[in-house]
Amino acid sequence: MGAAGATRAETEVDKTEMSNAATTGTQPAPESVRAAQGRPAKTLEARGVNLFYGDFHAVEDVTMTVAPNKVTALIGSSGCGKTTFLRSLNRMHELNASARVEGEISLDGQDIYGPKVDPVQVRRLVGMVFQSPNPFPTMSIYDNVAAGLNLNAGRVKKSEKDAIVERSLRGAHLWNEVKDRLDKPGSSLSGGQQQRLCIARAIAVEPEVLLMDEPCSALDPVATLAIEDLIGELKSKFTIAIVTHNMQQASRASDITAFFNLEETGKPGRLVEIGPTEKIFTSPSQQATEDYVSGRFG
Amino acid sequence: MNAALDTGVLPDWSPYGVVAGSAALAAALLLAAGAFSVALLLVATVFVAAIVTYTWSRRVEGPRRAKDRLVTLTIVAAFGLALIPLLSLVFEVAKRGIPGLSLEFLTESARGQIGGGGAAHALVGTLVITGVAALISIPIGLMAAIYLTEYGGGRLGRALTFFVDVMTGIPSIVAGLFAYALFALIFGPGIRLGVMGSVALSVLMIPIVIRTSEEVLKIVPNHLREASYALGTPKWRTITKVVLPTAFAGLITGMMIAVARIIGETAPLLVTTGVVDSINSNPFSGRMQNLAVYAYSEYRTPGVFKQASYDRAWAAALTLIVIVMVLNLVARLIYRRYRTEIR
Repeated sequence: MGAAGATRAETEVDKTEMSNAATTGTQPAPESVRAAQGRPAKTLEARGVNLFYGDFHAVEDVTMTVAPNKVTALIGSSGCGKTTFLRSLNRMHELNASARVEGEISLDGQDIYGPKVDPVQVRRLVGMVFQSPNPFPTMSIYDNVAAGLNLNAGRVKKSEKDAIVERSLRGAHLWNEVKDRLDKPGSSLSGGQQQRLCIARAIAVEPEVLLMDEPCSALDPVATLAIEDLIGELKSKFTIAIVTHNMQQASRASDITAFFNLEETGKPGRLVEIGPTEKIFTSPSQQATEDYVSGRFG
Repeated sequence: MNAALDTGVLPDWSPYGVVAGSAALAAALLLAAGAFSVALLLVATVFVAAIVTYTWSRRVEGPRRAKDRLVTLTIVAAFGLALIPLLSLVFEVAKRGIPGLSLEFLTESARGQIGGGGAAHALVGTLVITGVAALISIPIGLMAAIYLTEYGGGRLGRALTFFVDVMTGIPSIVAGLFAYALFALIFGPGIRLGVMGSVALSVLMIPIVIRTSEEVLKIVPNHLREASYALGTPKWRTITKVVLPTAFAGLITGMMIAVARIIGETAPLLVTTGVVDSINSNPFSGRMQNLAVYAYSEYRTPGVFKQASYDRAWAAALTLIVIVMVLNLVARLIYRRYRTEIR
């Protein structure tokens, strides 16, 4: 952990270059390039994924790749299974009592639904930020960020913890606003600050992939912009998948866009199209995608 | 002026004025009928006030406001009615109990005293028996509640809920007999121990702890659990570090209320802990007195000085009520101090 932290701290400086470098290709970069980026983020691949709630077939046959060091946006109308799919990527879907997953999801080639895989371990590698900011109400700002370290069994030295908290808060662009009141409760912050606190909490455990479920839907435009900027920077270190209802947000903040749709209510949602964001928004290959992104429905 | 928006309004004093006027009118009517009593006066006042308020308000303010005033009056009257027994009970116990209260009452036992002595042995017994009952019930009840909210959804969970509901309705004497039978099986008949009383009280307390804790744990929003899981936190750590601290204030309140609910039980202790005159603070050895049984036996078998015995019985009752009130106050203070804003 210490070594990874050190390499990351070094790359803090040139992250803008890195994020530019990261936008060049869908394929995982060669080892040398990834070393230059400082952090080899991992690829999430879904193959033939079907998701169910009891008898209800929520998502049908999704095959897509969440590319490393890129922001992949999942767009589509409400109820088309974007969030359900996102939650299947870190095994949160199965927390629902009746939920079921079919198909294969792998993280850098390793099946995360394998029989020997511990879902707790998967969630350490694939972090998540939720729709509404949900800092732990009993914890201070500091403890919220350190929550992942405190909650996971291993003991971390105080000085090391301080460093991780500061780095995470800086990474979430919150440090300057809260550095003088780290002992105040997390709920004392504004909505946008709380969401950045939750992002800091998520990146403090150094996951490989960051899933974001409509992270800006409860925020005002200024706070939204702050989060979007943050997402742009975070992709230099993480693989990011973001669900959004905001088409501008998808076009601004993402490199790759996946469009989900459901043919009619009661039918499962499907992945209609996935491609570079620019292409999806300017010349999509499917009529449904064009209708959706041009605002004709949805 | 807009006629549609501008309706009449009764003056601010009208509710009080109407009630006062109604009381006077009702008193006059009852005196004229020659059947005056306080209870009748109250009933008649409410009736007269209801009629006067409704007709007056309907003429000035219209039917909707009139109904509103009528319902408000009914609810206030019902509240008053519910308050009467409570206030009269507290008042009566205080009036009769204060003469018997003294330093001697709280610090001395009744050992070797003829027609005198205190209730210290009963006070100690009540605290020890209830404390041990809480020590048994709170861990079991809390863990059962955690199981029900965090794990149980299946057949075992449903069965547990069902039996908790059944246990809530168990008559307290049955709990006492259960504890008596249990210990009699092990130690032979005629056994009397403080801990037997604690076991009997636990039978009554566990379902209360489960119910209240379950309700409190259910309020903890699911998104907090999910936030914890998403950090790669195992379930048990999520429960101990996120769910329980968030629900802490409510859990403490629930437990205090459960303790307050069982501290005054008499019947189960009568058959399990026995009656004794000396201080015994060891629940595992010998008989143990407690306040409720003390009050009962002082009243049932008064000594030579009957009035002194009755005074002590009332004083014991008052002490119990004060303990319960203090427990409730402490619960409220803890709740205020530690409650977390849950959204």
